[in-house]
Amino acid sequence: MAQVLVLVDHLDGVVRRTTAELLTLAARIGEPAAVYVGPGYESAAGSLAEFGATTVYTVDGSVEDYLVLAKAEALAAVVEAAGGAGSLAAVLIPSSAEGKEVAARLAVKLGSGLITDAIDVRAGDPGTGGGVVTTQSAFAGGFAVDATVVTGLPIVTVKANAVEPRPVPGGGEPTVTAVPVTPSELATKVRVVERKPKAKSGRPDLSEAAIVVSGGRGTNGDFSAVEAFADAVGAAVGASRAAVDSGWYPHSNQVGQTGKQVSPQLYVACGISGAIQHRAGMQTSKTIVAVNKDPEAPIFELADFGVVGDLFTVLPQATAEVAKRKG
Amino acid sequence: MKIVVCVKHVPDAQGDRRFAEDGTVDRAGVDGLLSELDEYAVEEALKVAQARDGSTVTVVTVGPVAASDAIRKALQMGADAGVHVVDDALHGSDAFATSLVLAKAVGTLEYDLVLTGMASTDAGMSVVPAMLAERLGLPQVTFAGSLEIDGDGPGATVTVERDGDVYTEVVESELPALVSVTDQINEPRYPSFKGIMAAKKKPVTTLSLADLGVCADEVGLAAAWTRVAEVVRRPPRQAGTVVTDEGDGGARLVEFLAGAKLV
Repeated sequence: MAQVLVLVDHLDGVVRRTTAELLTLAARIGEPAAVYVGPGYESAAGSLAEFGATTVYTVDGSVEDYLVLAKAEALAAVVEAAGGAGSLAAVLIPSSAEGKEVAARLAVKLGSGLITDAIDVRAGDPGTGGGVVTTQSAFAGGFAVDATVVTGLPIVTVKANAVEPRPVPGGGEPTVTAVPVTPSELATKVRVVERKPKAKSGRPDLSEAAIVVSGGRGTNGDFSAVEAFADAVGAAVGASRAAVDSGWYPHSNQVGQTGKQVSPQLYVACGISGAIQHRAGMQTSKTIVAVNKDPEAPIFELADFGVVGDLFTVLPQATAEVAKRKG
Repeated sequence: MKIVVCVKHVPDAQGDRRFAEDGTVDRAGVDGLLSELDEYAVEEALKVAQARDGSTVTVVTVGPVAASDAIRKALQMGADAGVHVVDDALHGSDAFATSLVLAKAVGTLEYDLVLTGMASTDAGMSVVPAMLAERLGLPQVTFAGSLEIDGDGPGATVTVERDGDVYTEVVESELPALVSVTDQINEPRYPSFKGIMAAKKKPVTTLSLADLGVCADEVGLAAAWTRVAEVVRRPPRQAGTVVTDEGDGGARLVEFLAGAKLV
């Protein structure tokens, strides 16, 4: 079976959930082969094997200090090492900001078609040419689009929560191949001068969380009720653009067209009117619940369940109710 | 400092956006405008230019005839000149073709800095800036939440902050470079009356594919490296149950969640 390269998304050896999802998708279309760039492989090896990587290509740490181009060059080098574009089934990359840029530069380098923000990846029908078929969500969730790559090696960036990761029992040790890569002069022109870690919230990561509870203008700057409810249900906390622009919550928690686009099992919108900018970021959530004082708020048109009321009374009551049920 | 800003004319997100019969975005059926995210790029270009004597800001777009509105808005904000690539053969072009044509158009200009928005508001792929940088052989620094330039012209250093999930990164590059900016970077100005009047006299160059030496078969729907197999309009989400809080709103919310096995 042809290999499917999966670019591993990790933080110093801690493999993120998106990688497990991509490895599970890769198994549908070929042999999953993980590509690990940077230091800390020893810590990651276990998870990669657990989710089905039968081969791992490692690229050493020096590439980390340079941004996108160096990673794209590293991937291109791995494609060569793996036998060339013609011998591979696809390249899967997480749909983060960096992932899309690496995918874009790689696609131009290889002359290969690129599909971004796929929410599903599957093998094409052999009767219609096989290959890789993807599904994307367009225009704030208004359309589902099926597309395929028709030129070169399919490169697909995949959104979080596209699939439930499936561990592969009895996988065995993957074959590990180190691929030497020297970043080009152009790649070294862009240097990461400083990395300032953000304070950890202790909550799940917004892009990957199964439940997201978001606050908007209706919080008036006080997210305590939103956070308490989020913690009761084990959710990540999101914020509308209005809340972020007012300085109430960091931009990295923004859900919307210019923030994160999330698709969790449950999305709870508190004090958020539901403007199209915001909807573009959460419209494809499986279940949507809204709490807002304004009965005319557009968010109620989207919600599976809505409460017209003050989030400062409704949420604490809900939090207490959840605690009671947990016993 | 010579600055080029690449912009896109997109269907208004408030309108009923849809796809045409051939699987392309329907650009005729809905009013278009300068993509909101590109306004931040234009504004940043103007700020950088205004701090350095003798600077120029040129706006470039690839799109149908109506796309000239995007250029006009940028000129009204204060850009100095525009370049508009129009050609029927461009219909249905994918990101590869767009970046190819943009690269050729930008290649006709002198520049120290190319600025773009972080994504278009129609396709939202966020890949054209990276592809454009690859084609122009430029270092790219993207998703800039803040931007500072030390010096003027080639060799100057641009320093940018990027807000990631886990880190905020401070990134440096040498000019010439391509930088994409987020909506955090500034507040785009509204065109003044003076700006609107002045825009009418600013030069806009219209180019065809032939002017750029691009063959029609390198672009357009048939040349696309991906194919849309099917477009299905999702049924709009139906509004579910809405209750008014009468002292039990929170409890009813949790009852709903429990019923759906979500808590």
